[in-house]
Amino acid sequence: MATEATEAAGHAAEASGMPQLDFALWPHQIFWLLVTLVAIYLLLTRIALPRISSVLADRKGAITNDIAAAEELKQKALRAEKAYNDALAQARAEAAKIVAEARAEIQKDLDAATARADSEIAAKATQSEGRIAEIRDGALEAVTEVAKDTAKEIVAALGGKADARSVTAAVNARLKG
Amino acid sequence: MAGEAVVPLTEDVDGQMFHIDPMHQFQIHPLFGEGEVHWYTVSNVTLWLAITVLVIAAILIFGTRRRAMIPSRSQSVAELIYGFIHNMVEEVTGHDGVKYFPYVLTLFLFVLFANVLGLIPTSFTTTSHFAVTVTLALMVFLGVTLLGLYRKGLGFLSMFWVSSAPLAIRPILAIIEVISYFVRPVSHSIRLGGNMMAGHAVMKVIAGFATMAVVSPVVVGSIALIYGLETLVAVVQAYVFTILTCVYLRDAVGDNHH
Amino acid sequence: MEGELAQMGKFIGAGLATIGLGGAGIGVGNIAGNFLSGALRNPSAAPGQMANLFVGIAFAEALGIFSFLIALLLMFAV
Repeated sequence: MATEATEAAGHAAEASGMPQLDFALWPHQIFWLLVTLVAIYLLLTRIALPRISSVLADRKGAITNDIAAAEELKQKALRAEKAYNDALAQARAEAAKIVAEARAEIQKDLDAATARADSEIAAKATQSEGRIAEIRDGALEAVTEVAKDTAKEIVAALGGKADARSVTAAVNARLKG
Repeated sequence: MAGEAVVPLTEDVDGQMFHIDPMHQFQIHPLFGEGEVHWYTVSNVTLWLAITVLVIAAILIFGTRRRAMIPSRSQSVAELIYGFIHNMVEEVTGHDGVKYFPYVLTLFLFVLFANVLGLIPTSFTTTSHFAVTVTLALMVFLGVTLLGLYRKGLGFLSMFWVSSAPLAIRPILAIIEVISYFVRPVSHSIRLGGNMMAGHAVMKVIAGFATMAVVSPVVVGSIALIYGLETLVAVVQAYVFTILTCVYLRDAVGDNHH
Repeated sequence: MEGELAQMGKFIGAGLATIGLGGAGIGVGNIAGNFLSGALRNPSAAPGQMANLFVGIAFAEALGIFSFLIALLLMFAV
């Protein structure tokens, strides 16, 4: 472009519009580019790369160590949990045993008490039955007595002479019948 | 050559100056004083190359100075770059290529920071000059070729003889392979330089339209968008340059996939 | 007069050369689109192919950059 004619740089006046194609400038750029690349390469290989790779290696080592430590702690925790569970199971078994024992003892006591109570009840029942039988017999006798007396009285009232023995026999026969 | 008869594009019909000169930003001029630019002259190229070195040193050396087990922000940036390129070299070139990792990292860091620093307004983009990119690409090309011949001897040339193809078409394929091999440095350098130059020229052209008050809001918005795109391009081109270096390096050090 | 004709020819040639960039655009879009459709079919394999994606895009783009370079050469160097 024509504005380049006004450029101060000596090349620009005769050069094309593209400074990229001005080959007179190439040695200049190539020289400084090589200087730059060598500088970057030296900075990287002498300082930056060893530092970064050592940091990365350190971190990798630290992470590996930490993971190993964590694994160990996890194992420890698992062991502790297992011991706790064992203790718990043992305690539970013991408790169950104690409970069973206590239950058996109580059952024994209970059985004994029941047996005693049963026998007492049986004794009382027999006694009561005896008394009931007595009472019943008494009642029967009383009925016979009353019936004899009543029959005697009725016979007497009817004007008959009551023979005590025949009346008794008749009443007895009637009561049985 | 653009002769004197050429009507300047920068002058519109009314003779008013339209300050659109997309190529002006690529001018090389001495930093101190005036005159010829000799090979040893300290120019704006030197300045921006030096700034590139300083930025790389700041991030990779100053940022990692504490060697902390738990990285600070700047240290993790350095470690991220290191890990990224290390993985790339190891994945693409294989285990044998890892010893060339410092060279690849040097190229990547230089191209990345030269591209990104070139996006600073009024800065100078060293990678937009073919002198720079051609040198970089030729270094890779010559390095890979010499390394391949050194490591594999004449076996390196078997890369051009495609043994999986039918015998009849192998000579033709060999010619194509040789041509594509020698086109590598061309495309490798032109891709980087062309992308950088085109992006910066486009930004400059669009920015030039901002002098017209009617369209300037649109122009400012699109400049912002293109600036974002160019940032992406700067990073992607550095990545592409590096990964292509690794791909070429694989031919020299890795197993042949041809 | 001849200079103006030559300049006209240069500009026309440069403009024609930029058509080549359309091819690069088609190529890059093709690669990115196919990558995306492949990645959607098998998302787990996609990250491993990012490098190939970028290499493919770079190769496709390089040819477009060549035509851009031709345009620049016509504009400024011829």
